[in-house]
Amino acid sequence: MSSLVVKRSVLLAKLIKHVNSEAKRLSSHFVYFPDNGKPVEGETTKMNMMQAINNAMDLTLRSDPTAVVFGEDVAFGGVFRCALGLQEKYGKDRVFNTPLCEQGIAGFGIGLATAGATAIAEIQFADYIFPAFDQLVNEAAKARYRSGGQFPCGALTVRTPCGAVGHGGLYHSQSPEAFFAHVPGLKVVVPRGPTAAKGLLLSCIREKDPCIFLEPKILYRSATEDVPVEDYTLPLGKAQVLREGDAATLVAWGTQVHVLLEVAQKAHDELGVSCEVIDLQSILPWDEETVCNSVKKTGRCLIAHEAPLTSGFGAEVAATVQEECFLHLEAPIGRVTGWDAPFPHVFEPFYLPTVSRCYDELRRLLQY
Amino acid sequence: MALHSGVSFVRLNGFRHLARLLSTHRKPNIVQNEKNADFPGAKAPYVTEIKFLNESSYDPIPIYRVLDNNGEVIDNNEEPNIDRDTLLNMYKSMIQLSQMDKILYESQRQGRISFYMTNYGEEGIHVGSAAALSPKDLVFAQYREVGVFLFRGYTVTELVNQCYGNCEDPGKGKQMPVHYGSKQHNIVTISSPLATQMPQAVGAAYALKRIPNNDRCVICYFGEGAASEGDAHAAFNFAATLDCPVIMLCRNNGYAISTPTGEQYRGDGIASRGPALGLNTVRVDGTDPLAVYNAVTRARELVLGTNKPVLIEAMSYRVGHHSTSDDSSAYRPLEEIDKWTKDESPIQKFRLYLEQKGLWNEEADKAWAKECRNTVVRTMQDAEKKKLPHWKEMLEDVYYDMPPRIQKQIQQMEDHLKKYQEHYPLNRYQSE
Ligand SMILES: Cc1ncc(C[n+]2csc(CCOP(=O)(O)OP(=O)(O)O)c2C)c(N)n1
Ligand SMILES: [Mg+2]
Repeated sequence: MSSLVVKRSVLLAKLIKHVNSEAKRLSSHFVYFPDNGKPVEGETTKMNMMQAINNAMDLTLRSDPTAVVFGEDVAFGGVFRCALGLQEKYGKDRVFNTPLCEQGIAGFGIGLATAGATAIAEIQFADYIFPAFDQLVNEAAKARYRSGGQFPCGALTVRTPCGAVGHGGLYHSQSPEAFFAHVPGLKVVVPRGPTAAKGLLLSCIREKDPCIFLEPKILYRSATEDVPVEDYTLPLGKAQVLREGDAATLVAWGTQVHVLLEVAQKAHDELGVSCEVIDLQSILPWDEETVCNSVKKTGRCLIAHEAPLTSGFGAEVAATVQEECFLHLEAPIGRVTGWDAPFPHVFEPFYLPTVSRCYDELRRLLQY
Repeated sequence: MALHSGVSFVRLNGFRHLARLLSTHRKPNIVQNEKNADFPGAKAPYVTEIKFLNESSYDPIPIYRVLDNNGEVIDNNEEPNIDRDTLLNMYKSMIQLSQMDKILYESQRQGRISFYMTNYGEEGIHVGSAAALSPKDLVFAQYREVGVFLFRGYTVTELVNQCYGNCEDPGKGKQMPVHYGSKQHNIVTISSPLATQMPQAVGAAYALKRIPNNDRCVICYFGEGAASEGDAHAAFNFAATLDCPVIMLCRNNGYAISTPTGEQYRGDGIASRGPALGLNTVRVDGTDPLAVYNAVTRARELVLGTNKPVLIEAMSYRVGHHSTSDDSSAYRPLEEIDKWTKDESPIQKFRLYLEQKGLWNEEADKAWAKECRNTVVRTMQDAEKKKLPHWKEMLEDVYYDMPPRIQKQIQQMEDHLKKYQEHYPLNRYQSE
């Protein structure tokens, strides 16, 4: 056990500063910074995030005979094709369509997990997870607690695509992490790219508690990396420092990590300052230690997320940082987020926490 | 109860039809006991034998049709008496819709609009139902019912502006394409989350019922896929128990994205759920506009006459891909589509019917199709020239009165744009 922990922290250290500069602009709002550090030694293959997720499910279905993958349109691979080819490979009783009903999918998954199966459920869009909210919040999250540990449903993982894509409008763009972050008993994870997605998804699937795995859908096809072929996990509850610096700590998750990496680069080029960029990865539980240690060093903290400002997860991070780092702070904690409105269709470029909005805020913090 | 009402859409006048319907189910043997049970939850006879009921306990619910594939009326008594102008409006709306679908689908491919969904194969359901309703009846739609908008006089211009989300979009650029809505035409704005409109429609019907001398009903359209949502069950149960004048119209087009009906439900389609939950129910051929017209006409009489809901299951086929994000060749054979476009096209059936009545001909057809195409192309050219709404619209209509916190956010964005305007596509949006 302890050796495992050691191994994990070594892996973490390896992942630090491994973001390289072959960045590629994916849409008007961000540039993708691929990982080039490898969580494990050995063979790698070029995979986009969809393929990395497919690979994680493939490995699970191969090694765990109880594992099943299901959801709306999953039989032919799902609308984002993450389950592509898996039904052909593992059969219709392991990879299958469900009727169109999110509360059914979540409840069915809890039942599977209760009876000893590994359940990998797909909700077609995170925007459509709300009919399943009761099952996830009142049932999955509380199953261990209310049964005195007799009937946990940790073998449940709910995967769902989230976040902005450029034209998704109200119901194909939302980032609902904060709703679930308010629920003790759940684990909430958001990967920033293929390598992270594979390792984190495998962790979620094996985790002893139910996990919500939010996949930024804009990264599915466009974010490509050399991903290790073998089975590996990345620790839940741990953030990754992707770029070290002393001027400010920039915190994000998912797509927004890449926005902040660009901001840090811009700050380096134009202001000559170095910013530390942290990918939180795990929203619940989150890595207070890594973030607070960083802020104690830099004295400034900027948090950015796509979800609306009010009661967004940035509020939780900010409250903890001011509690833990009060005397180290040299500026108020900044939050750059989606505005307090539903996610709008044609106004998306104005709604998102863009590079220029984040950079503007960073300058304000630096000059404070 | 369920045993006696495999099909229970009762015609208000005429028992011939009723007799035909009743003959479609078999009664299981009931051991004649002296008395019926009197449980609060069920009044039913006692039996001494265990018998499980299943989908084959009943014959399939029949599909009502008026026209055959050649557009000929099968039973003259069933030909509805629709005036010439209405018939033509029905047909012209169908053509306008399919022409618009072709061009807008293509325009998405060219990147002019961000998304689109076609209505091919289901046009008959739209115009058949719309023609049977009063324009005052309130519509709750799913998304694939654009013919209802067109029939009610919503213009191609309004539809196209919505798809562009430009400054003349009645929805002010907030939603993705095809999320239309019109207060003036009594059609509630479409929302993407499936089946949410179903219990809402029932609530609206309850509100209408309470208005003195109410003469309006509500119609709710939904797909057979959406019918799997919890909200669908809630809607049926609320409609029946709260006696709501609502027509629940299911478009059963065989697919929910890639999921075929065989993986969506077991049992006899959506219709079989109606009698089980206490709704008057009928199943119709959705490729036959006149069948849909008759069913909705009678359903309307029934819901307004009794304040009881009706469930209609309109059978059809989704001829197009689910949307521009979908390629249906990944999950269905081309031959299957062919069959439904060749023999069962609602447009073709209805055109043949109109031609036989001497109301339409090939020349008129060509001319109208051309006019429809021109209308769409012209409208798109105009729509493209129009600016998108002012960016501040983004934070309008969140609340009736804008709270100070949102006012502050507008101010922040305004200050930010003064410094960083070159990073935003401001020229595409209206300015102050
Ligand atoms: C609550 C919810 N879950 C999933 C979706 C994604 N989705 C959009 S349309 C669709 C299929 C709907 O099928 P059906 O109701 O049969 O209507 P059709 O497209 O065939 O007209 C799905 C799964 C959604 N919009 N809302
Ligand atoms: Mg359907």
